[in-house]
Amino acid sequence: MSKGQQLLNWIDDRFPLSSMLKEHVTEYYAPKNFNFWYFFGSLAMLVLVIQIVTGIFLTMNYKPDGTLNGAGIPVAFASVEYIMRDVAGGWVIRYMHSTGASMFFVVVYLHMFRGLIYGSYKQPRELVWVFGTLIFLCLMAEAFMGYLLPWGQMSFWGAQVIVNLFASIPVIGPDLSVFIRGDFVVGDATLNRFFALHVIAVPLILLALVVAHLIALHEVGSNNPDGVEIKKLKDDKGIPLDGIPFHPYYTVKDVLGVAVFLIVFSAIVFFAPEMGGYFLEHPNFDQADPLKTPAHIAPVWYFTPFYAILRAVPSFAGTQVWGVLAMGAAVVLIAFLPWLDKSPVKSIRYRGSKFKAMLVLFIISFIGLGILGALPSTNVRTVVAQIFSVVYFAFFLAMPFYTKNDVGSTPVPTRVTMSTPARQVRFAVLVIVTLVAATLFAKFI
Amino acid sequence: MSEQHVDTGRRRFLTVATSAVGGVAAAGVAVPFLMSFAPSERAKAAGAPVEVDISKLEPGQKINVEWRGKPVWVLSRTPEQLKNLATIEGELLDPKSESPEQPEYCKNATRSIKPEILVAVGICTHLGCSPTHRPDIAPADLGPKWVGGFYCPCHGSKFDLAARVYNGVPAPKNMEVPPHKYMSDTRLLIGDDK
Repeated sequence: MSKGQQLLNWIDDRFPLSSMLKEHVTEYYAPKNFNFWYFFGSLAMLVLVIQIVTGIFLTMNYKPDGTLNGAGIPVAFASVEYIMRDVAGGWVIRYMHSTGASMFFVVVYLHMFRGLIYGSYKQPRELVWVFGTLIFLCLMAEAFMGYLLPWGQMSFWGAQVIVNLFASIPVIGPDLSVFIRGDFVVGDATLNRFFALHVIAVPLILLALVVAHLIALHEVGSNNPDGVEIKKLKDDKGIPLDGIPFHPYYTVKDVLGVAVFLIVFSAIVFFAPEMGGYFLEHPNFDQADPLKTPAHIAPVWYFTPFYAILRAVPSFAGTQVWGVLAMGAAVVLIAFLPWLDKSPVKSIRYRGSKFKAMLVLFIISFIGLGILGALPSTNVRTVVAQIFSVVYFAFFLAMPFYTKNDVGSTPVPTRVTMSTPARQVRFAVLVIVTLVAATLFAKFI
Repeated sequence: MSEQHVDTGRRRFLTVATSAVGGVAAAGVAVPFLMSFAPSERAKAAGAPVEVDISKLEPGQKINVEWRGKPVWVLSRTPEQLKNLATIEGELLDPKSESPEQPEYCKNATRSIKPEILVAVGICTHLGCSPTHRPDIAPADLGPKWVGGFYCPCHGSKFDLAARVYNGVPAPKNMEVPPHKYMSDTRLLIGDDK
């Protein structure tokens, strides 16, 4: 027996290293028909690692201090400028962190969309989906609190608006918002607690939820583009006929995804870290000024769909809590998909026309709301946002009705199918049509 | 070892009692942590009143004063602007200032102690942005009926020059008038009226 094998045996007698590796990597059998959409889970893990590593290094030079320094600049704002200008390599670490925040939402939105089109939330994967939704909620909290830290104009007024959302809750609202801020205005106390939550509390919860998400997934096994349960058909060794071990097959596939992702990521970090004001908003290059609101306030792009819903709901009965409730419901409803979807099939490939039509409307609404949320509101835009909001909610709330018995003409196969060139061309056309339509809408609305 | 009789009732009682006492202890320990989220004594003490000299304030002019970290506007209104306050009352949500957003002594037509001088916390009652002073008459973006007022850039709420909210905008209430008093004809104290 080799020395290495002896060491491994010694460890295995004391810690289940080999069996864990087998269970989760080398003998975790995943369906063999994973396509493009299955890159985004592993990419989300990659971005999480990027955020944690760059975040650790940023905290070494960042100071969560809202008081003014000798030059009249808030210490926190000055420390970010210090990182950008004076810390060796500081600028690239910060741009990796700020780009990582946006890219996290890019990959997570695509990851969630994958689950939506292939019915990955359906029985038996309900808990995988619920853990995933909680991860999304944590991610939103993490992004929101992190955005306050540079203590620029958008940081300050964005936090002011969002914390005031809580103040609109009847009776307890005003006290609750003071409790969140730790002061009567967004100030040093708010900055310090957001820093603590952003670097310690939420990341810990996030990591725990990621572990739960993966354990739940590996317990039930991965879904696939056909929505076929590969565990139903096994060979005489108990291995699914349509399964291949995660390592080496999907580790190698994911490495390709990582390489392509890092090319895009580096291009943004080095050539367009502000992304035209969408990743880092221009007013945030001015220090926070509690006496002056910027002319146009918009959240960062990944919050705009929900922000547009908030703005679309008018106030009535003397309170504007309804918009806040609608925005909250828009996020929470996602967790209930497994129970709203009554379809007998999982994948969109074998669903009927009703679901497909609703999905198209949903995509139009979600992207439309995202575009509207970034723009100043006008009467026309408000009406359009209201229509899109209704469609958004209809997609979820009407789902039990339109998915019932909604199956397509092709029956679900017993074995998984591999992609065809015709399908790939159709996919590319759909992506192009979506991008062109979104661009035109943004230009003319 | 002999087969022993297990008293499940006693076991359940002990489990519940231990859990309950432990739960009370956990809740008790949570109190100081939750309390630490409330404003500190220093933050509460920071709300000291601010004194302002308004001798140089011209009619139509507005100055910003920081009180408790919030912008407080001191606006001197022209006779014509005061006259307009009455004419637009039909378009306002709460023209008589019934909602308690001002001290009793400012619950009047101009929402002020001296008719021409408005003192208001410059924070929109919607989501807390600071509205822009728009004294111009009938500008293109605000429509021909606009007689001067405040416009919130965040969500489009409109207020008149007495900081009263218009109908049909996101903001649900008039803007707050802080407690204030005149120390002399030209010295204004914001934050204290005793």
